[in-house]
Amino acid sequence: MTALRMPEPDAGVFARRAEIVRRLGEIVPGEGVIADARGLAPYESDGVTVYAQAPLVVVLPETVEQVSRVLAYCHQEGIKVVPRGAGTSLSGGALPLADGVLMSMMKFNRVLDIDFPNRCAVVQPGVTNLGITRAVEHEGFYYAPDPSSQIACSIGGNVAENSGGVHCLKYGLTTNNVLGVEMVLMDGTVLRIGGKHLDSPGYDLMGLIVGSEGLLGVVTEVTVRILRAPETARAVLVGFNSSEAGGQTVADIIAAGIIPGGMEMMDRPAIHAAEDFVHAGYPRDAEALLIVELDGPAAEVSHLIERVAEIARGNGCVDLRVSNSDAERLVFWAGRKAAFPAVGRISPDYLCMDGTIPRKELPHVLARMRAMGEHYGLRCANVFHAGDGNLHPLILFDANVPGELDKAEAFGADILRLCVEVGGCLTGEHGVGVEKRDLMPAMFDEIDLAHQIRVKCAFDPKQLLNPGKVFPQLHRCAELGRLHVQRGALPHPDIPRF
Amino acid sequence: MAETYAPRDADETRAFLAWAMAEEKPVEVIGQGSKRAIGRPVQAELTLDLSGLSGITLYEPEELVLSARAGTPVAEIEAAVAARGQELAFEPMDYGPVLGTAPGLGTIGGLLATNLAGPRRISKGAARDHVLGIKAVSGRGEAFKSGGRVVKNVTGYDLARGLSGSWGTLAVLTEVTFKVLPRAEACETILLPGLDDRRAIAALAAAMGSSTEVSGAAHLPADAAVAIGGAAGGAVGRNGQSATIVRLEGVPVSIAHRADSLSRLLAPFGRVERLGGAESEPLWRAVRDVAAFTPDRAPGTVLWRVSVAPGEGPSVVAAMAKAVPGSRAYYDWQGGLVWLCLPAAPTGTGAAVPEAGVGPVRRAVAAAGGGHATLIRADAATRAAVPVFEPQPAPLAALAERLKAQFDPKGILNPGRMA
Ligand SMILES: Cc1cc2nc3c(=O)[nH]c(=O)nc-3n(C[C@H](O)[C@H](O)[C@H](O)COP(=O)(O)OP(=O)(O)OC[C@H]3O[C@@H](n4cnc5c(N)ncnc54)[C@H](O)[C@@H]3O)c2cc1C
Repeated sequence: MTALRMPEPDAGVFARRAEIVRRLGEIVPGEGVIADARGLAPYESDGVTVYAQAPLVVVLPETVEQVSRVLAYCHQEGIKVVPRGAGTSLSGGALPLADGVLMSMMKFNRVLDIDFPNRCAVVQPGVTNLGITRAVEHEGFYYAPDPSSQIACSIGGNVAENSGGVHCLKYGLTTNNVLGVEMVLMDGTVLRIGGKHLDSPGYDLMGLIVGSEGLLGVVTEVTVRILRAPETARAVLVGFNSSEAGGQTVADIIAAGIIPGGMEMMDRPAIHAAEDFVHAGYPRDAEALLIVELDGPAAEVSHLIERVAEIARGNGCVDLRVSNSDAERLVFWAGRKAAFPAVGRISPDYLCMDGTIPRKELPHVLARMRAMGEHYGLRCANVFHAGDGNLHPLILFDANVPGELDKAEAFGADILRLCVEVGGCLTGEHGVGVEKRDLMPAMFDEIDLAHQIRVKCAFDPKQLLNPGKVFPQLHRCAELGRLHVQRGALPHPDIPRF
Repeated sequence: MAETYAPRDADETRAFLAWAMAEEKPVEVIGQGSKRAIGRPVQAELTLDLSGLSGITLYEPEELVLSARAGTPVAEIEAAVAARGQELAFEPMDYGPVLGTAPGLGTIGGLLATNLAGPRRISKGAARDHVLGIKAVSGRGEAFKSGGRVVKNVTGYDLARGLSGSWGTLAVLTEVTFKVLPRAEACETILLPGLDDRRAIAALAAAMGSSTEVSGAAHLPADAAVAIGGAAGGAVGRNGQSATIVRLEGVPVSIAHRADSLSRLLAPFGRVERLGGAESEPLWRAVRDVAAFTPDRAPGTVLWRVSVAPGEGPSVVAAMAKAVPGSRAYYDWQGGLVWLCLPAAPTGTGAAVPEAGVGPVRRAVAAAGGGHATLIRADAATRAAVPVFEPQPAPLAALAERLKAQFDPKGILNPGRMA
């Protein structure tokens, strides 16, 4: 594991471990507490396996009351807590702390209420993303945000990370599809925010909670909006002999007023890895592959498919296929959806980056990334959510070769700084976690970050919930509260007044 | 009379607020003041007028993004994007007509601070769903930014959404960035005349639960249909009948197809009529801007905006009809948004409603399983006397207070505004 600066472990907590395990066992009886080394091992990492740390103890509560009592106890005793869903985070958000309780929410796995007339479902946070769709699809409904990890990842984790997926271009991210949550604050207070109605009577706390990476509270229930599945969906698979032509096609489609259900791009190394793995029939000689999915009423989809095909031809595509059945459409997607494991087959290790850029910067950024790859002597395969400019460069390396992980991390950091430089951001959907934490100053100055931490201070003033994530530096809340007061005359005496 | 300061840029705004914070002088924050009559009247020594922070700073149609200084008129932005075939897809309503002030006013900062939306709220979201980034000055007198100019962005906390709907009580926005979207080529409305409220809301649920991509679902009981029809060129309410309306937008070939399936789907609810684009556009604008209950169409009334689960709208309206004789209402958002108009003065049929009917309104919302009601129009004395926004349960109220204390420790920004 690479050297990662985490909050100083609390020796007092280690000394009290047996007592803490005993007290947690009283609150969550039965098999709800794991304290033996073998039992802890599966919790050492999330999706970012280069970071590993056994937690002090794992607790698996089953009721809101248990969550509340565990948190209240830890709050009172000054013990850190890290919430965890399915552990698929690609930013190390669920990385345990040596002196922290890891709270797994996976026993909260029930669908509580399905309300078709009001188009929403109330579920527990450990229900998987796909599990929601499975629960409503018999009536032709689905839950729109669809991260590639949807078989495994939990809706609680999706809320924490504001996860996206290929269909977010048209249907929005998690934050646009969540109507309400129940959550427990670090001091044990249970809050209900939102519900089956829209908008909030006070501050938009939902907006703050979604994407807060498990630092504000433990989510114990989620109300999501469900949608009626589109009448039809068809996809176009287009190959180009330059990424510029692919990028231009994306721009032209949007400029034509078309918002596809999904629009994904892959570069040559990713095309090859995916094709070797799933044999989706991708053109091996193409430099860039574009998958554009149109969904809606059949008449509209046929109309738009034609326009998209015209635009692609106008940009000199070398290969163009339109799906004629749902089975064929799914084959088009199979390669894209399996891109990460496909790349895993061709390289012992890889790092997955997640920056976003303004779409028009794509050719420029790809060229700069190629140059960086040469500089570091590492290969990089690219898949992107092209419609919204969200890049997933996969940096290939071998952790057994001394120095390669460090090089891969430096390469990744350079890519992310480049994303910020061209007007984008460090992470589009995977979260900051520990992985991008120390890059935050590339995007935010100290005052920006202080205002973010102030939200944390309102929810968790003792900063015991998932500390060491997101923010490069922990500031005590009292310190942050200090005001810079300079009494006297208004410094700009010439501000117009009347 | 409060003294008004009108900074010309973000830095003057910051300097002013740092000074006001140090001097602990409360400040009323306004753009064009178009929504000043909503909420509890602010008691402040100073007024901060942001209309000087004006102008679009970035508009890239092919990137679907627009940034503007917070004081830029919404009308200017809507005109600029319309010229390129685009729009703010959340269809921000215009409070002018219903407040009895001029139409077409309001700034882009005020739009986000009040989280405006329109009939498309149910399909495309509100201002909060389209904001990409902000620059602001907190009540601490410190300038900060959040978000950016790209849609996919989870870098750090989402303060842009956190400030949406905060009515200027946490920070003063100085610049905002929004996603813009292509405007639909065409629009059509399916009209079901004569349904009672419950049947109508069932029809709207069926429409919204179909795959026809409905972008507006409203029900106008008879008197609201007549009033809105009157404001919108007579598209609805002609025979004094209620109007249940469903909007379809998109490319013409798609609309034709969807209108057919929707007509079939809704046939069990009775006669189905269709209105073309020319009738639809003014109709949905009138629904959006509450044309039924403007002060001249509904004199001597107070107006509430109620948000509940869509299926619960009729129960709120029925409870209010019982509790307050003479109360009137119509529904948007599939039934989840109820515009509730109550007599403010004695009427022939009932007594004056004390305190704008706040008691019955809050009880009706609670009985509907929760939601919220905001008093939009009432005289200043009433707004000073009743809680305008839905009171929150104690733990949530405490959290909101802690958030306020973090961003505005001296309580200088719009004191009392959200009480
Ligand atoms: C192969 C693969 C593909 C992926 N594809 C995508 C993709 O397409 N789009 C995308 O956005 N992401 C993707 N991800 C990333 C990941 O799946 C998402 O971030 C997901 O939302 C994490 O959910 P989880 O249940 O695994 O959460 P975890 O990894 O367990 O936790 C993630 C964070 O959420 C917090 N958390 C979890 N549950 C709760 C709770 N109940 N209350 C409070 N905090 C909680 C944790 O503390 C942590 O900070 C992918 C991951 C993998 C491995």
